[in-house]
Amino acid sequence: MAQNKESKKQGLILFLSDTEEREGLLGKKNRKLLSDPLTDNNPITVQVLGICSALAITVQLKPAIVMSIAVMAVMAFSNMIISALRNLIPSRIRIIVQLVVVAALVILVDQVLRAYAYDVSKELSVFVGLIITNCIVMGRLEAFALGNGVYKSFLDGIGNAAGYAFILILVAFFRELLGAGKLLGFEVIPESFYEFGYENNGLMLLSPMALITVGIIIWVQRSRNRTLIEQN
Amino acid sequence: MDRNSNAYTFIFAIILVAVVASALAFAATNLQPAQAENVKQEKMQNILATVGIETTRDSAEALFNKYIVEQVALNDQGKERTDVDAFTVDLKKELKKPVEEQAYPLYVADVEGSQYYIVPLRGKGLWDAIWGYVALKDDVNTIKGAVFDHKGETPGLGAEITQGWFKKRFDDEKIMDESGNFIGVSVAKGYQGGDNKDDNAVDAIAGATITGDGVTDMISERLQRYLPYFKEKTNVKVAMQ
Repeated sequence: MAQNKESKKQGLILFLSDTEEREGLLGKKNRKLLSDPLTDNNPITVQVLGICSALAITVQLKPAIVMSIAVMAVMAFSNMIISALRNLIPSRIRIIVQLVVVAALVILVDQVLRAYAYDVSKELSVFVGLIITNCIVMGRLEAFALGNGVYKSFLDGIGNAAGYAFILILVAFFRELLGAGKLLGFEVIPESFYEFGYENNGLMLLSPMALITVGIIIWVQRSRNRTLIEQN
Repeated sequence: MDRNSNAYTFIFAIILVAVVASALAFAATNLQPAQAENVKQEKMQNILATVGIETTRDSAEALFNKYIVEQVALNDQGKERTDVDAFTVDLKKELKKPVEEQAYPLYVADVEGSQYYIVPLRGKGLWDAIWGYVALKDDVNTIKGAVFDHKGETPGLGAEITQGWFKKRFDDEKIMDESGNFIGVSVAKGYQGGDNKDDNAVDAIAGATITGDGVTDMISERLQRYLPYFKEKTNVKVAMQ
């Protein structure tokens, strides 16, 4: 009986732990939630998640930026909703509940894009739908939102989406610049370069070069931070 | 209530689905007008693109009203139908009706004194529907320009039908042979004709055979419905000369 009481008490402490912690809105721990996924715990380069969409939509900067914003919105809100419901969700159907919430948010994003950014929505149509299956989204819901408070989950969602966005935009920057000589659709490589014999590298526009670009980013990151290298 | 009981699970699932469904329904209803406007402007842009007028979405409506001088809906005999508005005809729904009830929209453009007939197309690609518009010069034989679009063709292969370089291949192609019989334009695999415009064929996209065949079928299937109307038009012209 006493043991039972003790475990209940522990459960209560666990349940309250994140609300009990008193720290500023952007205290050290909260800041870490935002900054970690950008560097040492980046969802793409370290966890190697969400690669498929990173390959597909990084031909130009604009769709990459819109996709980043879409993923950020979906992750922030789905993390918040799941975190708010975490004590109500029956554990047997929690994955289905997560999927329903994510799918609903993705459909919302898709509808909003179709109304206010029609050209981009046509370009991204397939990939916006595929946010539902983006491993990063489900991964964060399962690993973080189910066990943490609403505000922390919000920060975690934003942080991870920003880490994803950072890589996406970086890859898109190099692919559009080297592949088409443009950034956001504007010519940035001066005409005189072409007169000297410079040519756009069409290979950069093909998907394999996205993989290679991501590979180079991973290489650079691991050579700067050796703790990330897996030991055999 | 026990969070692991069946009853709780069911009630939770039902409430969740009801909340999600009503939120989505609310959003879809509210965003619908803006979406419909986008679709309408895109249609205008596509129609104008076939006669070589590139527009932004915002100016599409003004230019459409300027250059499109006539919009008619025809029946399968090539006679004009007054009971339907050509612009709002949805070919997808139309093609499911019996032939006698179908309406075929036709847009007539007048660009700097030249008249063009613009015919909407609709057919099947490899995975899903493909559609587009083709503009004929006033001899109703030479293609002025064409645009194509698709729902789910493979990016890099079938989806390339939307690209400028593929659409350009249709410019100045003939849809009839030398004796005036309707043939259409076939998207030919292993095409050797180069820039030849008199063979009723264009070069296909490597790796997109079925989508290419879909384009061939769509052009011949849709255009032949307009033949009675075009014959009448050319006769009038001959008689006038």
